[in-house]
Amino acid sequence: MMYFAPWKIASIVGGILLAALLAVPSFVDKARLGAAAEWLPWRQIHLGLDLKGGSYLLLEVDMAAVIRERLDNIADGARTRLRGAGIGYTNLAAADRAVTLRLTDPSRAPEALRLLRELANPITTGMGAQQPDLEVTATPDGLVTLALSEPLLREKATQAVQQSIEIIRRRIDETGVVDPLIARQGANRILVQLPGVQDPERIKQLIGKTARMTFHLLDETADVTARTPPPGVMFLEGDRGRGGAPERYAVRRRVEVDGANLTDARAGQNPQTGEWVVNFSFDSIGTRRFAEVTRNNVGRPFAIVLDDKVITAPVIREPITGGRGQISGNFTAASANDLAVLLRAGALPAPLTVVEERTVGPELGADAIRAGMIALAIGFVLVVAWMLLFYGLFGAFAVVALVVNMILLLAALSLMEATLTLPGIAGILLTLGMAVDANILINERIREEVKRGRTPLNAMEAGFKRAYATILDSNLTTLFAMAMLYAFGSGPVRGFAVTISVGIVCSMFSALVFVRLLMVQWYRGRRPAALPV
Amino acid sequence: MPLLRLVPDGTKIPFMRGRHVGLALSALISLASLVLAVWPGLNWGIDFKGGIVLEVRTQGPADFPAMRAAIAEAGVGGASLQQFGSPSEVLVRMEAQPDEAAQQRAVAAVRSALEQSIPGARVVRVEAVGSRVSAELFVAGMTALGMALLAILLYIWFRFEWQFAVGAVVTLVLDVTKAVGFLALTQIEFDLATVAALLTIIGYSVNDKVVVYDRMRENLRKYKTMPLRELMDLSINETLSRTIGTSATTFLTVLPLALLTTGSVEGFAWTMLFGIVVGTSSSIFIASPIVLLLGEHRLRRGVEAPAAPAGSAG
Repeated sequence: MMYFAPWKIASIVGGILLAALLAVPSFVDKARLGAAAEWLPWRQIHLGLDLKGGSYLLLEVDMAAVIRERLDNIADGARTRLRGAGIGYTNLAAADRAVTLRLTDPSRAPEALRLLRELANPITTGMGAQQPDLEVTATPDGLVTLALSEPLLREKATQAVQQSIEIIRRRIDETGVVDPLIARQGANRILVQLPGVQDPERIKQLIGKTARMTFHLLDETADVTARTPPPGVMFLEGDRGRGGAPERYAVRRRVEVDGANLTDARAGQNPQTGEWVVNFSFDSIGTRRFAEVTRNNVGRPFAIVLDDKVITAPVIREPITGGRGQISGNFTAASANDLAVLLRAGALPAPLTVVEERTVGPELGADAIRAGMIALAIGFVLVVAWMLLFYGLFGAFAVVALVVNMILLLAALSLMEATLTLPGIAGILLTLGMAVDANILINERIREEVKRGRTPLNAMEAGFKRAYATILDSNLTTLFAMAMLYAFGSGPVRGFAVTISVGIVCSMFSALVFVRLLMVQWYRGRRPAALPV
Repeated sequence: MPLLRLVPDGTKIPFMRGRHVGLALSALISLASLVLAVWPGLNWGIDFKGGIVLEVRTQGPADFPAMRAAIAEAGVGGASLQQFGSPSEVLVRMEAQPDEAAQQRAVAAVRSALEQSIPGARVVRVEAVGSRVSAELFVAGMTALGMALLAILLYIWFRFEWQFAVGAVVTLVLDVTKAVGFLALTQIEFDLATVAALLTIIGYSVNDKVVVYDRMRENLRKYKTMPLRELMDLSINETLSRTIGTSATTFLTVLPLALLTTGSVEGFAWTMLFGIVVGTSSSIFIASPIVLLLGEHRLRRGVEAPAAPAGSAG
């Protein structure tokens, strides 16, 4: 145990030098290193938002809205189909997770079930099999239930979250934020990290809009002052009603053209009036649908609806076949631009709410780094002084090992591209304190063995051997606690668990292998009669 | 230069003699800590309680009345202001709003009110945690504590005897409850960072216990006839120098953190410092007496028969 073959020495020293090289990218500007940067694996430690400044948002996808919309669609479809087939029904209602209705003639149930089952959308489940998202059943007395099935609701949540992530990314990219991180968290949440963003207000507004744009016809015969709209019609408020009472429109529920069929949207100015407008163009399906609708309804008004508000309701003057259109509606340059961004990025499948926000300004982050670094330096000096005072030469070995430990830790964090947070710096500090523990254990053990009358080499060997199991057991238990912190913690606190865990693993190498190497080489060089313990 | 020794060589302090007093005292302090945690209670941070915190920096000393007026004008009630660090740093706290949308409106309103009506004021930190998220964070934090204790229990059981595992975990629970009492007394905010401190205390403290237990296990093999009580005293004395040495270096590294940082990391550091002291003393006075209590007769079972002479290496 107290002998190192030359190749072992070479690989230990080589390994440490390699680690030092791997840690370099975290401290040096890539541009300044020039050609050397080309052959280094360029992996860096990232600064967490608490050190660099930035905004952390946790968004929640409103699954209830997704379900409600699907149920509304199903209810709508059921109405059209049953009417078309001349099957009478009453009490059509969308409940919690199902649509129910009662057939006036229960004997027509088989026919009704066949028609209603066609409303189901196939969803691909995790196993790759296709399943309908709807279970249609009927009781003998004619009560029909169209229920959304549970595993498929989960599937739907996954889809909604993934779609939302894609759309949020597009919207944020338009704002020019550098390196945003957008990731799913848990069943229905999305984590958004925006480095360098001091005031996330505008981004929150961009994210907070569903931006679902639809084109509808108006029901001109409906009485907009009535309390409830006629079937198939909804009352929506106008967006321009600032100041006075908002206008009310009787909008047909049927979506003529969907905003999903847009290919582009740009803010612009109307050359005649100078008014801000949003110009848009449709894809081929949208163009065809839009041409059809406008051709059949010349002289009648149609409504452009955005998130349940009527932006504008112009009268169709002539068929629009080119697939291009223009929205005007009291825009400013900024609001026209924002709407264009939203329309280009597409609609969210469901509304999002911000359930957690943490924003740190860059000056606070800089303060945190400074305080952390000073604390780190002072802590290091104190430990070095302590080790030298109490353990002399062997203490000096421990200090060298501590430096090696830091190099290994930084190299490992760089390789992992870990995120350094203020709690992470606290973890490094604690690692300093706990890493020398292994050396203290070894040194104390060697002292004991010397007192028992062992020869120096024997004492060193026994010291390392005996201390080995102790160090392993004690460090493993600490690692358990940190693993739990990582598993259940969130945000910057996780950085703490990472640095301290990596630090402990590195300290085992530096204390058990590197210090042993130092002691053996020192002993072989000097052949002292007594150990300096 | 002669080396300094923190603990003189060959100490024979009869720690076990004070085991009843030690255990009773520890249990009493832990009990008192739990009482303190209920009354006057912990200072719950927004991580676990939900709510809004804004850190504001002003040019020159902060004008509190003007800031209160600005917030009142924004139509957000129940805000409390507190100086934080220097006179130009203010912490604005608000209770959790009824729902997430209201929470976001409150953040936006207060933020713009302060930045517009107080010249030179900058909002340098915003934290808004909804009540649903905070409830989840709390459950996650407590789960982490529970799982860590369970993992440690199982590991020590696996590596030692069950008496050691139970001894360690009971001691850890006593340590953690005292740290909770410390949080209640000092009114350090109880948040994710302090839970991290509690977990680190657990990790640190168990590390200490394992070293002592490890020595006991070794001595149990070496001195087959030595009474358990004596053997424990011997083991504690033999490892005393290391126990105190490691505590000292760890304490020294955390101290600058406590003195130099602010906010949640400062709370973390002070809790840690307290935990290091508690964890070290419990390694000496609490962890072994519990094993003695549990294993006085059982740990020696089957080993005593040959009545071999005392250890050979001594």
